[in-house]
Amino acid sequence: MTKELMNNKDIDRAVTRMAHEIIEKNKGTERLCLVGIQSGGVYLAQRLAVKINEIEKKEIPAGSLDIAFYRDDLNIRKAQPLVRRTEIPFEVTDLKIVLVDDVLFTGRSIRAAMDALMDIGRPSQIQLAVLIDRGHRELPIKADYVGKNIPTALSEKVVVQFVEQGLEDQVILEKAEER
Amino acid sequence: MLSKDLLGIKELSKDEINLILDTASGFKDVIGRDIKKVPTLRGKTTVNLFFEPSTRTRTSFELAAKRLSTDVVNFSVPTSSVVKGESLIDTALTVQALGADFIIIRHASSGVPHLLAKELRASIINAGDGTNEHPTQALLDAFTIREKKGKIEELEIAIVGDIAHSRVAKSNIYSLIKLGAKVRLIGPPTLIPEEIKDLGVRIFHNMEEGVTGVDVLMMLRIQMERQDKGFFPSTEEYSKNWCLTDARLFLAKEDAIVMHPGPMNRGIEIVSDIADGPKSVILEQVTNGIAVRMAVMYLLAGVKR
Repeated sequence: MTKELMNNKDIDRAVTRMAHEIIEKNKGTERLCLVGIQSGGVYLAQRLAVKINEIEKKEIPAGSLDIAFYRDDLNIRKAQPLVRRTEIPFEVTDLKIVLVDDVLFTGRSIRAAMDALMDIGRPSQIQLAVLIDRGHRELPIKADYVGKNIPTALSEKVVVQFVEQGLEDQVILEKAEER
Repeated sequence: MLSKDLLGIKELSKDEINLILDTASGFKDVIGRDIKKVPTLRGKTTVNLFFEPSTRTRTSFELAAKRLSTDVVNFSVPTSSVVKGESLIDTALTVQALGADFIIIRHASSGVPHLLAKELRASIINAGDGTNEHPTQALLDAFTIREKKGKIEELEIAIVGDIAHSRVAKSNIYSLIKLGAKVRLIGPPTLIPEEIKDLGVRIFHNMEEGVTGVDVLMMLRIQMERQDKGFFPSTEEYSKNWCLTDARLFLAKEDAIVMHPGPMNRGIEIVSDIADGPKSVILEQVTNGIAVRMAVMYLLAGVKR
């Protein structure tokens, strides 16, 4: 059984609000950049960059980060995660990085992403923006910007789709009995 | 990946080759940074077991293993128990008992990695076995071609020199054909076995004809030790017929690239001006070798036993 949690309008509104919050908290866009975690976070980071540009009339750099090499579950997975591109075509040292992901769950991906960023340079700050916070944290990690908080059961699955993937913009909750 | 080992390109599917090349792109990013190391295979152990001399391949594997955060031991043969008569399998079992997760092996006899792969739980990576295969060289060559040309399919690729004794050539033929390239072999009849035609390659016994219109030229090292066995009369004569010179390179496509697995015999199979010239990608091959070997180790680590 699946349930729609957000449609394309809901997602757009959430992204717009998050863009405003990012600008407000950082008092503008000075030394600010966005880094999306592969793959869902990358689309979201690009959209946030477009929104921020619309609001502030300033281009802010956006990159993508693959965390496969930094995961803590390589020994227990069935197969190695597919390695996607890390493209951060700007110097991150002394920048404020807003790390962007689609779903915040255990927090382990964010831990891996922070380690990966620290190996690339020394940002002055790392903030976290997620479209969905579904709870069940296993590490002391908290998002600075959240599109929507959704209480879930551990057995459920949250799926975020984007038009960039050839699907419609949508957030879906897959119930346990389906899996 | 289907197997815990990398024994040869012959055993790989096209999809597996492409997966290795795609994964290697990610590692190429890593080795271009200030911090060239990732924690991916922390706690694993790599043993370099080289029964034949090698500097570049062994160093490349060692760097790849270190940049994945594995611990590396070089089990060099002249100082080990092998000289005391320990059997190959015993040596390998000992290495495994020491805790090796990866065993990188080079041996003068074809098939040695395959034998060890059956006996051992560790991942065996073939770093060259006799005249059989040298799979990571072919993978780094494919990676380099793809990077330079954007694709491999439909490219005209010539391999020049001692095909008969070259494991590099053999692995490259398997790989390039699986990836859809048109492969030509160029060299004297004594160094190209007739039956190799069955793999779907074209054979040229004339350098000028062979290089005309190619996108990629892969020069092989002429193995001096073969000269005594009468495969070619002299290095001078070899060089006269098969050396890559400016005049011959001019017959290839204008944007052709020149490759060599190293170490080069300058002036014998390739002139220095070309080896160091703008069409040469020889040093890039060396750099890409680390990324490709990291990708192989990373993917093999994920195969369940």
